[in-house]
Amino acid sequence: MRLSADDLHCHRGGRDVFAGVSFAVGSGEALIVIGRNGAGKSSLLRGVIGLVRLSQGRLTLEGGDPELTIAEQTHYLGHQDALKPSLSAAENLSFWAGFFDAPSLDIHGALDAVGLASLAGLPAAYLSAGQRRRLSIARLIAVKRPIWLLDEPTSTLDVAAQGRLTGLMQAHLASGGLIMAATHGPIGLAKTQELRLDQASPSLAQDQGDEQEKP
Amino acid sequence: MNPLAAILVRDMRIAVRVGGGALMGVLFFLVVVTLTPFAIGPDLALLKRIGPAILWLAALLASLLALDRMFAADHDDGSLDLILMGRAPLELVVAVKGIAHWLTTGLPLVLAAPLIGLFLNLDAPAEAALVLTLLVGTPALTFIGLIGAAIAVTLRRGGLLLAVIVLPLTVPVLIFGVAAANAAVIGPVPFGTPFTILCALTLASLVVGPFAAAAALRQEME
Amino acid sequence: MALLDFANPSRFLRFANTTIPWLSGVTLIVFAFGIDQAMIAPDDYQQGATVKIMFLHVPSAWLGMLAWGVMTVAALGTLVWRHPLADVIAKAAAPIGAAFTLLCLVTGSLWGRPEWGTYWVWDARLTSELILFLLYLGVIALWRTVDDPSRAARAAAILTLVGAIDLPIIKFSVEWWNTLHQGTSVFRLGGSKIYPTILIPLFIMAAAFTLLFFTLLFAAARNEILRRRVRTLQLMQASQVT
Repeated sequence: MRLSADDLHCHRGGRDVFAGVSFAVGSGEALIVIGRNGAGKSSLLRGVIGLVRLSQGRLTLEGGDPELTIAEQTHYLGHQDALKPSLSAAENLSFWAGFFDAPSLDIHGALDAVGLASLAGLPAAYLSAGQRRRLSIARLIAVKRPIWLLDEPTSTLDVAAQGRLTGLMQAHLASGGLIMAATHGPIGLAKTQELRLDQASPSLAQDQGDEQEKP
Repeated sequence: MNPLAAILVRDMRIAVRVGGGALMGVLFFLVVVTLTPFAIGPDLALLKRIGPAILWLAALLASLLALDRMFAADHDDGSLDLILMGRAPLELVVAVKGIAHWLTTGLPLVLAAPLIGLFLNLDAPAEAALVLTLLVGTPALTFIGLIGAAIAVTLRRGGLLLAVIVLPLTVPVLIFGVAAANAAVIGPVPFGTPFTILCALTLASLVVGPFAAAAALRQEME
Repeated sequence: MALLDFANPSRFLRFANTTIPWLSGVTLIVFAFGIDQAMIAPDDYQQGATVKIMFLHVPSAWLGMLAWGVMTVAALGTLVWRHPLADVIAKAAAPIGAAFTLLCLVTGSLWGRPEWGTYWVWDARLTSELILFLLYLGVIALWRTVDDPSRAARAAAILTLVGAIDLPIIKFSVEWWNTLHQGTSVFRLGGSKIYPTILIPLFIMAAAFTLLFFTLLFAAARNEILRRRVRTLQLMQASQVT
């Protein structure tokens, strides 16, 4: 499986968020997208799955399921955790597993993988920010999809949880998946390539935080 | 579990949990109906004559409650991004969310209507006609409301805008709903004539609502 | 400050656990006696046996108002002393008061149907009872909407106090409003002559209803305290998982 992008441009709100971005990631590889705030990391990830309109360029996936779009074979871990506070941790997770029509519904195993098995019955409202993040990550375990797009996956995670996430990512790569992650800090993966997003019209982008890039 | 069943179960669960909107509509319905005699006086003959209209108006307002958060809540917590990445067509997801909303807001109104009709001195045929018209008509209100909810998804104060854009669209449903309920009691038109048109309006809204709402959501999300 | 001393949730739990069985027993006995007395009370020469609805209707109306009184005192406890037990009592009393008020409305309209020929008239007393019921539902809805118990308690306390001021105003304004539009109704039970043969069973039933109210209140308050402990334990559990 190989995800490649050729000359991607994104033009929004009268400025270029990024321009001329090309990359290629294959099975078992991780692509780390780096750049200062406002360089367009979040927009690039969202562009890959069609949540942000790309004004130019081409995205291709070789070796995937030809019946499905790229977005339908991708997990996206964004800034928000997509959890409902009144539902329990297990209910939140099994909703997403059900919605993504996962063949094997190993909710408990997925919660265990992120260290939340003992909190399965608690409402998500009672969880801390880091626990909510981990519950969100459990979704990637419960439902198998080959491409992971992770936007600042380690934010709000403590050192132990970061280590656990690294382990999960390594396992995903080892099983033939591919990862594209936007991050500031080191991510602890062995086989990575870097994509630097710094060239796009820096003077206009200075004051734009990552949050403001989302629609 | 099937994706659409998952959405249905989740939305209904949220509605009945703490902070959910289920049964709030019935309370609102009851309050609005209670206020009417204060405004127009306790004359039972008059209340009986305009009762179906009052109940329909109250049901219309009550069924718009909580509609503004239907997509906005999913948008604010990032769920909508993931829903767009699912394999289920967005139109069907929207329709199922509409069904969940109707089951937790519209259906309780229909069930409460005969009880609340007693306050307005409605007799048995009027009650039956009212329940039947509400049962057929309230899904149309929800599904027309879906369009407004989708348009207002990214707005912080979507509630008022929703009412302003949705209420004019519901006028035909109101006309034929009340006309059918009145026809059953007063005549002279047979009940079937306005009632058939009401059914047609509902069927049309079941189709148009999800497509328009899904189109609006796609536009908003890009 | 014996009352405040007593008002400690753990002490209340112990008190509730010991009193609830006794209270339920006494309630049952008084109810049995009251229903028996109500059964042998003479029928009304005009209304026949339907007058016996009164033995349910009047006590439930009283208890509906008493519950709001309890909630008002508890609301002061919440706002002035910030006492957690006051929150619990206020929350527990609301659904019970609503149930009594609903019972009053239902028995009233069942009584009204043979007497007035309709289930409902917009009479002063009926209307203010309906508004009391709506206020109860509003308080319950408020409790159900706010997740954090102490925030919900303060908001509900303010609403309860405003309701306590508002209820007499509603009552008077409704009477005034109704006399302006004197409609089709006459409320017949206007504080007139009631014979002791009816009055005594009525008081026994009122005593039974009051006992029932406090039994339910203590049980509901105990459940609420336990529910809050579960919530606290869950929050602690969440904070301990790393």
